[in-house]
Amino acid sequence: MATQERLGTKRLVVGAHYGTLDFIVQRVTAVIMAVYTLVLAAGILFTPDMNFESWRNLFTFHCFSLPLGQLLATLAFLSLAWHAWVGVRDIWMDYVGSAGLRLFLEVATVLWLVGSVVYFAKILWSL
Amino acid sequence: MSDSASKPRPQFRNLSIPQILSYRLPLAGKSSIFHRISGALLFLCLPLVILPLFAFSVTSPESYAAIRGWVANPLCKLVLLALIWGYLHHFCAGIRYLLLDLHIGVDKVSAQKSAGVVFGISLALTLVFGLKLFGVW
Repeated sequence: MATQERLGTKRLVVGAHYGTLDFIVQRVTAVIMAVYTLVLAAGILFTPDMNFESWRNLFTFHCFSLPLGQLLATLAFLSLAWHAWVGVRDIWMDYVGSAGLRLFLEVATVLWLVGSVVYFAKILWSL
Repeated sequence: MSDSASKPRPQFRNLSIPQILSYRLPLAGKSSIFHRISGALLFLCLPLVILPLFAFSVTSPESYAAIRGWVANPLCKLVLLALIWGYLHHFCAGIRYLLLDLHIGVDKVSAQKSAGVVFGISLALTLVFGLKLFGVW
């Protein structure tokens, strides 16, 4: 335990990475989603009369034969899923004291989110 | 191994619901708890409401048009309005947190002001989308 560091006079910090990864992930995924939200909002605002074709085109447009609309939406959705995992796990850690119940809720959260990712991917990439 | 675990810290866990409700949170505290509530709401509704709606909106012109029919139901309107509010509040409060992380507006007065701005912008935009949703214009 030679690598343990004392913070202040009392607190002995132990662990692997002290939640730094979660902290960074929460912020980076937030920025990605915020930028995508603004891009999508701009796309909607600059479409004079929105109809099915132009709405769908926001998610299916190509750029030099690259499916850019689908790629951006996929990246934003993966960010959403990872962001939601960190946030919802925080809620369980704050309010659920029992370790067994917390494990159950965390597993349920992962299944809920992975299911959502697969569902979204199926909708988006079958367009 | 760790002396912090050997010394029990005082815990205040026996709060009752009326006690929680009688606490008057500062504006930043309200923004914070609504950030959590709106995040949980969006998480729960994601595969139940948001993704099915997205699927119908992009699949075919007929399914796109069908959404308009459902939204005529006032209950659907209320669910959508709650989700719109949830997204807008989570978005605005999240931007505030990102700015705080950059040490922008950390002092007490500006933190309180920015919490007010979060409520102002998110509720105003919710009103705009709500009026649009309920067909006021």
